[in-house]
Amino acid sequence: MTCLPGKTDKALGLVIDLDTCVGCQACVTACKGWNDQGYGAPLSDQNPYGSNPSGTFLNRVHSYQVQPVEAAPMIVNFPRSCLHCADAPCVTVCPTGASYKRVEDGIVLVNEDACIGCGLCAWACPYGAREMDADAGVMKKCTLCVDRIYNENLPEEDREPACVRTCPTGARHFGDLGDPESAVSQLVAARGGYDLMPEQGTKPVNKYLAPRKKDRPDQASLLAPLLDIQATGFAGWLDRVLRKI
Amino acid sequence: MNPAPSVIIFTVFSGMGFGYLALLATVHDYSGIAAFWHWFVGYALATIGLAASAFHLGNPARAWRAFTQWRSSWLSREAWGAVLALLALAPVALSDWLDLGLPRGFGWPGAVLAVATVAASGMIYASIRAVPRWHHWTVPVLFVAFACAGGSLLAGLRDLSLLALLVLGALMVLYWRVGDGAFARAGSTMGTATGLGTLGGVSVFEPAHTADNYLLREMIYVVGRRHAAKLRVLALLLAVVLPLLAMLLLPGRYGPYVAVPLHLLGALAHRWLFFAEAEHVVGLYYGKR
Repeated sequence: MTCLPGKTDKALGLVIDLDTCVGCQACVTACKGWNDQGYGAPLSDQNPYGSNPSGTFLNRVHSYQVQPVEAAPMIVNFPRSCLHCADAPCVTVCPTGASYKRVEDGIVLVNEDACIGCGLCAWACPYGAREMDADAGVMKKCTLCVDRIYNENLPEEDREPACVRTCPTGARHFGDLGDPESAVSQLVAARGGYDLMPEQGTKPVNKYLAPRKKDRPDQASLLAPLLDIQATGFAGWLDRVLRKI
Repeated sequence: MNPAPSVIIFTVFSGMGFGYLALLATVHDYSGIAAFWHWFVGYALATIGLAASAFHLGNPARAWRAFTQWRSSWLSREAWGAVLALLALAPVALSDWLDLGLPRGFGWPGAVLAVATVAASGMIYASIRAVPRWHHWTVPVLFVAFACAGGSLLAGLRDLSLLALLVLGALMVLYWRVGDGAFARAGSTMGTATGLGTLGGVSVFEPAHTADNYLLREMIYVVGRRHAAKLRVLALLLAVVLPLLAMLLLPGRYGPYVAVPLHLLGALAHRWLFFAEAEHVVGLYYGKR
């Protein structure tokens, strides 16, 4: 049934630190690599070496310029993927029951065997998290690497989403955002993690951490007192005499 | 949104077909072979539309699964409505054709189902909050108004079609007026989409990918909006004004002959605009609407 579960036992999701992300696209590549061989239809590419390449990706990294009112502009790299919303509009519109939200951990998944490829769920998602695979004709979306996080054949340190595992700067964090004691929840509380497009009423599970405040160019340097060199001894006497002349 | 021909044809033809079927079942009283042809046209329009919608699917063979989620999905409800309406109207159609003398009252449940199906089509779009222009009650009402106008023109009901066309014209203008401010009223900006709006003005520095993708093809359709104002006038003229004049001025049965093709062209133009003008909030991530 594509009715949403009122409450999930866990709320697994990601916390993405925009202060730390350097926009290296490693998460995009790791996601594509893992999802080419595991869960469901592989993410296909069309005309990958031609003049107009196109392909299915579950994670994309944008880059924005932010211009604060009285500070230097900054570049913010912005990874965008499924937010595993508590009130996921993509689930309720699905006519076949292929799209569902799991009661046990809150992950939003697509049962590809039941997907007719109507595309309505992709329309319903405000975040562009779903992409129809042009080869398989079914909807693809982030699975939160459901085939990694519970996979006992993998070493324990690998039981997290591929994007999190690969991130070289530690900008991506994975955990239970429904548990206020979890490391990710504490991180969100400490850094003021926020929702994307809260006005869309989707109640996203994933949270984003804003870049920390940068120093202002007009702020005095911490080294300023050291730069004010007072001459002593003979040089000091010369300094005083020369000032008086 | 991408104005896919399959969906435009589906919504326009099936809407007109269901409107016509509803009138055949309740107002008209044909008999014999004439009844057969009238019902045939109604059923053909409705089912051609349904068949066209299958071309929009990535996996048409599994289309039967679309009947399972009627509790949450408007698409599923529309599928049920369509099948139930066509089934409920079948005895009335047979009775008309073979002169079985079924009372006209038997047509009403089918007619109500036919109109409900068209409204459910509209609700598929109106239920999508991520497309602010669509997320409004005028959408299902407009779809039903198109079905009534198209159906009554096809049926050649002069007075009813004049009324339906006037209501349709007013609704088209209302939909455009409400829709033009809808995106701004929804309150989504690049600032809220990225959450960076609290820090300052946000603009795109680099796109996430240099070639296009499913999102850009399906939901970020910017071509053709340039001519939106002209197309709106054209759609209003063809769908409402000219058919209205044809029904008023041309004698007897010649009115519908002129009015129906014009109205159909206008409805197609309107439906093309319905998709091409609708802006999805995902475009904010790309700095495109």
